[in-house]
Amino acid sequence: MATAAQNMVAAGRRPEATQALRLAALVAARGPAAPASTAAEPVIRAERLTIRYGEFAAVREVSLDIAPAQVTAIIGPSGCGKSTLLRAMNRMNDFIERMSVSGKLLYRGGDVYGPAWDPVELRRRIGMVFQRPNPFPKSIYKNVAWGPMINGYRGHLPELVEQALRKAALWEEVKDKLNESALALSGGQQQRLCIARAIAMQPDVLLMDEPCSSLDPIATRHIEDLIDQLKAQYTVVLVTHNMQQAARVSDRTAFLYLGELVEVGETSRMFTTPDNPRTQDYITGRFG
Amino acid sequence: MRRWQRAREGGLRGLFFLCALVSIAVTMGIILVLFGESLPFFRHVPFTSFLFERSWAPRTGQEYGILPLVCGTFLIAVLALAVAIPIGLATAIYMSEYAAPVVRQVAKPVFEILAGVPTVVYGYFALTFITPYLLRPLLPSIEVFNALSAAIVVGIMIIPTISSLCDDALRAVPRSLREAGYAVSATKLEVCTRIVLPGAMSGVVAAVLLALARAVGETMVVAIAAGSTPKITANPLVSVQTMAAYIVQVCKGDAPAGTIEYQSIYAVGLTLFAITLAVNVVAQKVMARFREVYE
Repeated sequence: MATAAQNMVAAGRRPEATQALRLAALVAARGPAAPASTAAEPVIRAERLTIRYGEFAAVREVSLDIAPAQVTAIIGPSGCGKSTLLRAMNRMNDFIERMSVSGKLLYRGGDVYGPAWDPVELRRRIGMVFQRPNPFPKSIYKNVAWGPMINGYRGHLPELVEQALRKAALWEEVKDKLNESALALSGGQQQRLCIARAIAMQPDVLLMDEPCSSLDPIATRHIEDLIDQLKAQYTVVLVTHNMQQAARVSDRTAFLYLGELVEVGETSRMFTTPDNPRTQDYITGRFG
Repeated sequence: MRRWQRAREGGLRGLFFLCALVSIAVTMGIILVLFGESLPFFRHVPFTSFLFERSWAPRTGQEYGILPLVCGTFLIAVLALAVAIPIGLATAIYMSEYAAPVVRQVAKPVFEILAGVPTVVYGYFALTFITPYLLRPLLPSIEVFNALSAAIVVGIMIIPTISSLCDDALRAVPRSLREAGYAVSATKLEVCTRIVLPGAMSGVVAAVLLALARAVGETMVVAIAAGSTPKITANPLVSVQTMAAYIVQVCKGDAPAGTIEYQSIYAVGLTLFAITLAVNVVAQKVMARFREVYE
């Protein structure tokens, strides 16, 4: 079976061939794929989910399962609805005027937009890391401790903060200045702080909305390594416009185009032998 | 063609410069007059007794200690803030965090109407409505002219200042911070009071200071409703006199030009100007710091 990359090479020396080769190499470099967990109950399931802003449907009839303890990447060109889809999962779109949802979005079997889940409780279980680091203008310690604190955390708070900062690979850099302002940290450190803040809530799922888009390559590398470790404990949904990133860190990849789900599958397959010609065009850089 | 255009540009620039110069010149002129006219006053009344004597009785005792007027001014200003801060801040939080856009569109102009009511109307509203119908039933010992009614009405007057500036400050808190709050499972109230409000604190402080400057300088309401009895007191139920009200009293009264009593209004005016200027400068400083944080 010829891979997409080989097809490209056979077809001639076009620039996109190198892109496809690089992605295929990235996927291959990661070794054997994580065990397929399609058998396991999905954590989040979208069934013909449509999300509108006024008349405009940003997400159309998307059906998608998010498997537990895996990294699912959602890729697609700008404006394809990937952020909208992600933000629907913890009801972060609620604050947008004239937003409406139809179809079904289930988390652990309960309807996210029905009476089964209170949005505040839902967000306690489904944490989120945003495109730009958005630490509170408080101390480093307070940034991590604030969420558990207002949610009535009963354990030993300093310990929880240390654990979260360690998991976010930030502890060594900040342990001596926990009371200093978080705004004094670098962009990459701030983003890891935001990850620590999300982890401190001990969530079930972690949503990440292009978490590296405002970071330099070294900080990006840090965050990607981190995502790789996080999936041992958490279900991660990662939105990215960077296909290399999806190829490097995700187990499954969903390709969204103009609000519709074009294709979803194992990352290793998506980047080598996609079923849909549009996926192939996108990952080889012919558009988007 | 080019040359004509350049000449026109230069001419217009000169015209605009002159217009800007006028307002600066007027301000400088006022300051000069204040200083110049208060000099003869301070030749008769030592500066220290003006600042530290505890009695203001120009007619009867030739006593010119400004403390009673300052006390009356701040009694009313502080009580006015006590009325305006809670209501103004609550209004701002509602408008920026809770109100639907439709409500905002209706409510904003209504508040501007509140700011547009002539202060003299507010003044007799205090004297003829607040005191007899609201305060007297509750506090029978209250005098006809009293600090409380004036303070309540000045408070109502400065609510728009506080609510509108606080609204701007709250809305300037980036959406990403609110989202960060919601993302760690905060309720709307927690996001409002513990993230947005602290984030806007310097803007809120600046708004309160600007409102304070307005309350200190407010003239018509206090001249009508607060009375004309300079005294050092913290009792809002009695008649007091503020600096601005004293100036009104002398200006429309029968003090002949050139007497010390007449000249005293320049000294009082200078004091009032110094206080409001100081408050305004501090408010500007706080505002400037606030802008640095988010832009």
